[in-house]
Amino acid sequence: MALVDFYIYACRAWLGFVLPYPWAWILSQVTMILVFTAVLLVMLAFLLLFDRKVWAAVQMRRGPNVVGAFGLLQSFADFFKFMFKEPIIPSGANKGLFLFAPFLTLTLALAAWAVVPVADGWVFADINVGVLYLLAISSLGVYGTIIGGWASNSKYAFLSALRAAAQMVSYEVSIGFVIVTVLLFAGSMNLSDIVRAQTHGWFAFSILLPMFAVFFISALAETQRPPFDLLEAESELVAGFMVEYSSTPYLLFMIGEYVNIVLMCALMTIFFLGGWLPPVAIWPLTAVPGIFWFLLKLVFLFFLVAMVKAFVPRYRYDQLMRLGWKVFLPLSLAWVVLTAGWVMLFGRGTM
Amino acid sequence: MKTLRRIVRQATLWEFVTGFFLALRYFFAPKATVNYPYERGPLSPRFRGEHALRRYESGEERCISCKLCEAVCPAQAITIEGGPRADDGSRRTVRYEIDMTKCIYCGFCQEACPVDAIVEGPNFEFSTETREELFFDKSKLLDNGDRWESEISRNIAKDAPYR
Amino acid sequence: MSEDANMLTAIAFYVFSAVLLGAGFMTITARNPVHAVLSLILAFFTAAGLFVLLGAEFLAMLLVVVYVGAVAVLFLFVVMMLDIDFVKLRRGMQQYMLLGFAVGGILALELVLIVAQHWSLAVVKAGASGVSNTVAIGRVLYTDYVLDFQTAGLVLLTAMIGAIVLTLRRRSGVKHQSGWRQVSREPADCVETVDIRPGEGA
Repeated sequence: MALVDFYIYACRAWLGFVLPYPWAWILSQVTMILVFTAVLLVMLAFLLLFDRKVWAAVQMRRGPNVVGAFGLLQSFADFFKFMFKEPIIPSGANKGLFLFAPFLTLTLALAAWAVVPVADGWVFADINVGVLYLLAISSLGVYGTIIGGWASNSKYAFLSALRAAAQMVSYEVSIGFVIVTVLLFAGSMNLSDIVRAQTHGWFAFSILLPMFAVFFISALAETQRPPFDLLEAESELVAGFMVEYSSTPYLLFMIGEYVNIVLMCALMTIFFLGGWLPPVAIWPLTAVPGIFWFLLKLVFLFFLVAMVKAFVPRYRYDQLMRLGWKVFLPLSLAWVVLTAGWVMLFGRGTM
Repeated sequence: MKTLRRIVRQATLWEFVTGFFLALRYFFAPKATVNYPYERGPLSPRFRGEHALRRYESGEERCISCKLCEAVCPAQAITIEGGPRADDGSRRTVRYEIDMTKCIYCGFCQEACPVDAIVEGPNFEFSTETREELFFDKSKLLDNGDRWESEISRNIAKDAPYR
Repeated sequence: MSEDANMLTAIAFYVFSAVLLGAGFMTITARNPVHAVLSLILAFFTAAGLFVLLGAEFLAMLLVVVYVGAVAVLFLFVVMMLDIDFVKLRRGMQQYMLLGFAVGGILALELVLIVAQHWSLAVVKAGASGVSNTVAIGRVLYTDYVLDFQTAGLVLLTAMIGAIVLTLRRRSGVKHQSGWRQVSREPADCVETVDIRPGEGA
């Protein structure tokens, strides 16, 4: 917290002599956003490698291990490979929208991080409606998919985009209800306040535990991770709505997807695992900076997501829809009522 | 009772949890794959890889331009032109070319060869950056023969008892 | 300092307003129906931006979640799937042009009258009372307007049930899959290990 505040203060105070206040403000914000995005993307590069390594390990393979020690630089090699490939735009594609869709996906995925507190006070926009902002941004995410599928001017991409959109919209409903239970417990829509409400016990260790499971599975479906990746099933369908994409536009889609996955892990950390808080508030643990706990929990959840990819078989489309609408929706709805009753009887937060 | 057990198993995500630990066991299991560029799997003496034209120990090339390999090649990848050699007038190949993009590595050429001149060596790492480099001519094949002679002759000796 | 902040707000306001008007214009003039819907979405989005500038962030987020995230997606679905021939639709345009302009004119006149009579153009900021406007809306919605709120909920419920009743078809002779039966199938139910000695098999 101190570091960030100092930086903002420094920017405004020192630049204030040379630049008028609005420019100093914009400059300080923009540089912070750029630094945050850069850190996030570098972290993402290693998480991507981690994902592949976990997947490989479960299948008794080694995974990428040639570029850099243990393949640490593999993601960067892939990045440059995508950058220098030729972008192919199909004839008959709606060129503007075709190129706009991946940008939209990545921008929205990154924009959602604006309200995510990675440690106490380390957040760009500590807004009161943080949760609603996240819901709004994630509901916009569908557009990247639909526009990309439609603008490709390909039946397969379009059909796949429709199915993707249906899948994302379906699971957004249960995610919304799960978040409502968390809001009832925390009594605030501000993400930092939600974390602070877990000072005496994480929400995962309360009656919200089933909702944690529902949120985890819904997050997989929402980000189209295995076992719900049936529209880009790489072993049989190539890439779903991204079939026509290549080189940098494809790269943007892929990064956007992974940013979304990491975002979902971050949200689970904040909603259920106490964000930046240590497991128990005793001395040696409280001395550790909050960002460390946050990242530790985030990486653990990402490990779970990667493991699920390795050992759960892919769902059929009708099974996917059944799970979303006939199991998760009633369950989460019932849990909203239950949680509301609990809050009325025993008060907010964990006991 | 059975239904109750099922409900409990599904509500606790029992199969998911057991699956997770099963996957964890494989996670820490020794790797089944070979760390390829640094480790290699064993190759049979009969392995059919990159082609080579061999020489006698005296340095004389074995091939006598009988064109049996050209005739037997099912992919018609081999092209031979024969003729008398300038200095001693013996029958030799003027051209001996293999189109490696056509070759199916069936090994018929080495079976057909009466003098063990054309053989398929143990080398399988001869990828190239251009297609043209895969049209092997006589000098390339003779070079291969010189480079791989020790391995090739050892493999032929090992396989001899079974022929 | 606050003057500078006001300047930033003013810039944002004019940018949002300009984009909103442009997107609205595109919505009714775009030849490609998909472009029209996308412009509509942009219009919703910039309207949400204007709400944020007014300090009504709860309304802004609801606008995005409900209209952009749900309603417009369905619009887009329909427009993309239907093969609409806009030339045919435009054929009768001149006939309706006059009527359209008349309705639009009356609406515009009403707006102007209301704005001129009741509204001052001073900046009105929500959330001045010290509570966040989510809390403020909740307090008003569940006390003063609870009856209207519940009635609206009932109307929506009726509409939902109506939609389900209209589209639900029960056809006979169709094989349905039972998810429960599929998931609860176990090896013991369907696999039998039989030890057959050589020569004794059927």
